[in-house]
Amino acid sequence: MSTSNFTRRGVLKTGAIAGAGVALPTIFTAGSASAFTNEPTGSTVKLGFNVPQSGPYADEGLDELRAQKLAVEHLNGGGDGGMLSTFNSKVLDGTGILGKKVEFVTGDTQTKSDAARASAKSMIEKDGVVMINGGSSSGVAIAVQGLCQEAGVIFMAGLTHSNDTTGKDKKANGFRHFFNAYMSGAALAPVLAKAYGTDRKAYHLTADYTWGWTQEESIASATEAVGWQTVKKVRTPVGAGDFSSYITPVLNSGADVLILNHYGRDMINSITQAVQFGLRDKMVNGKQFEIVVPLYSELMAEGAGEAIKGVYGSMNWNWQLDNPGTKAFVKSFGEKYGRPPSNSAQTCYVQTLLYADAVQRAGSFNPCAVVEALEGFEFDGMGNGPTLYRAADHQCFKDVLVMKGKENPTNQFDILEIVELTPRAQVEYAPDHPMFAGGNLGKCNPGA
Amino acid sequence: MDQIILQFINGLDKGSAYALIALGLTLIFGTLGVVNFAHGALFMLGAFCAVTLQRIFTLSAETIDPTQKDFLGNPLVVKTPYVELWFGPDMGASVIHWSVPLAILFAIPIMLVIGYAMERGLIKHFYKRPHADQILVTFGLAIVLQEIIKQFFGANPIPTSAPPVFAGSFDFGVLLGFDANTIIYPYWRMIYFLFSTVIIAAVFAFLRFTTFGMVVRAGMADRETVGLLGIDIDKRFTIMFALAAVVAGLAGVMYAPINSPNYHMGMDFLVLSFVVVVVGGMGSLPGAILAGYLLGVLESFASMNAVKEILPGIDQIVLYLTAIIILLVRPRGLMGKRGVMED
Repeated sequence: MSTSNFTRRGVLKTGAIAGAGVALPTIFTAGSASAFTNEPTGSTVKLGFNVPQSGPYADEGLDELRAQKLAVEHLNGGGDGGMLSTFNSKVLDGTGILGKKVEFVTGDTQTKSDAARASAKSMIEKDGVVMINGGSSSGVAIAVQGLCQEAGVIFMAGLTHSNDTTGKDKKANGFRHFFNAYMSGAALAPVLAKAYGTDRKAYHLTADYTWGWTQEESIASATEAVGWQTVKKVRTPVGAGDFSSYITPVLNSGADVLILNHYGRDMINSITQAVQFGLRDKMVNGKQFEIVVPLYSELMAEGAGEAIKGVYGSMNWNWQLDNPGTKAFVKSFGEKYGRPPSNSAQTCYVQTLLYADAVQRAGSFNPCAVVEALEGFEFDGMGNGPTLYRAADHQCFKDVLVMKGKENPTNQFDILEIVELTPRAQVEYAPDHPMFAGGNLGKCNPGA
Repeated sequence: MDQIILQFINGLDKGSAYALIALGLTLIFGTLGVVNFAHGALFMLGAFCAVTLQRIFTLSAETIDPTQKDFLGNPLVVKTPYVELWFGPDMGASVIHWSVPLAILFAIPIMLVIGYAMERGLIKHFYKRPHADQILVTFGLAIVLQEIIKQFFGANPIPTSAPPVFAGSFDFGVLLGFDANTIIYPYWRMIYFLFSTVIIAAVFAFLRFTTFGMVVRAGMADRETVGLLGIDIDKRFTIMFALAAVVAGLAGVMYAPINSPNYHMGMDFLVLSFVVVVVGGMGSLPGAILAGYLLGVLESFASMNAVKEILPGIDQIVLYLTAIIILLVRPRGLMGKRGVMED
């Protein structure tokens, strides 16, 4: 005889109750009052920090995360408040965002588009974040920006320098504080012309993906405008490691400047090897051969060591800038982590505060309200001088820094020096500029 | 013409790294029959031996200099390497500058121990398992080693320079009757090429002219018979594994000034070196060397602008294309032997 307690009716009843239980949260979230994706209902709001925690840019991701944690601390009233005291918009008061305590989750982009999308998706769907911030590659930024647009959350880009992020791939839900390749060209070209003359022949080595292509186009066009010739543009595979077979053809190409449109590990290897090949000791066309690295980062400079001495490049921001926002940020970051922040850390920190400020001003977490608050927003006190978030393409416009590898560094952080602070007016362009053409912001998507 | 000579030299230089790594891979495969995916990680560990020695030499005494300020405006902590305090600034600085060549001596015992521990601790348990299991476990080991290095040294490449006396370039052009400065090649890369030929010659001489080498070769040809003769061939094969680890490690040490060491550099080389081994013929040592140099030269020529104008993108696929063609024409690779990996 069976002694089991299971009966057909019992199983059906339990099943029905369990089924209703499982369905309950969806009934509430799907059908009820929610006007947009992940509307925060409790006393907290969650942000998603999607940065490279593994892979080649893990150190840069770590620095971004430090800054993002600091931003959350400041938003919740902890620490010394950092840039909240210098930011000219005064709506943030250290009580979180709209009175809700700020929490965060992190994702690992691995600097791969598919991994970055997967981690962003998980943060949106499982953790319920209202905003995604961070990243250190344009390939990743464009992929995650597209995802955020579809999902109905705000994307506050981290380090992304390709023209396409706010050009042909721009999205209404996406915002970029970082500068772009066009701006690097516009800032660098006059300085290069002054330092190396207007009669120069340039040879480009370019990382073969969206960022490399747009930087090559931007730098070539800006340097040609000051009289330089472009001898050759050569694409190199990302992660090539040994660039010697691309550097040897430069030797007798007639070029007297080598422009390295490389970033991260590629840049460290290509510049180190170019210097080993004696390019910087060479005289061509009666002139000293020169190397230019249009986009610099502190970590790259550290990795390249001696090779970058005297080499020109550009940056979005640097800790040595002399303004109250920079000073406040460097102080709170430096005291907490024992090192000055990188320019990718600054952009992530500022983006997080700008998002919080926009929500506070809009009085709502609704992405469409946030978009409206950020579009055309003019602000100051965040370390970059007076800055505009242009409505037409969601690109920030501000001064650009022209940098040079320092000849005699006094300590490990003292590797780059600011050569010029190029005024915003010089790097501005029309929203329909050919290098940015082809995209459409579209409409903001609140999701849900 | 100058371009062709330049790319040929470059190809030999590139090929020497491929040949060295493929040599170690083939040694392990030929003796132990293990497909070692952790071989790239051994190359990377070698490069980090150079980094570690550089770090040891630059261990510094810290003094506070109130006249200078750090980035927060506090008095600057000035670091002076102990070697400069002990041996004087000039001697100390040259010790630091010579850290890469000195790291060869440092790396040999370390790589021997790592190789021995790896074989005895992990790989020996996989001899009787299918190749797929061996690949999985060694690949897993490579990832573990990579992450350990990343934990200690970070993900950013670490500049590790060659001694300043080797900083310049050698002018081949003048020797060959070209204008000065048309065909120049960095000294350090030439040293790398010479170093690799010395190592390759040493490995071959060891296998050819020593009793130990003879037994190992006999074991490679017929393991069972050698075992029946009362020789403990396993023990010798363990030593060969450790030796292969040393070869990979030394290749890494000397490569450090060419490619700033980072935790992932082994993986970048691993796939390439397997292509080299397959093209050369599984288990064939001369095949691995020949294929290493051949693919290095082909890769260099494919990067020439004149070639790329005819075949765009050829530089990125040339190695794999060559591998496909060779496998179609000679399925056992250039110098592969019948019966290897065919049972």
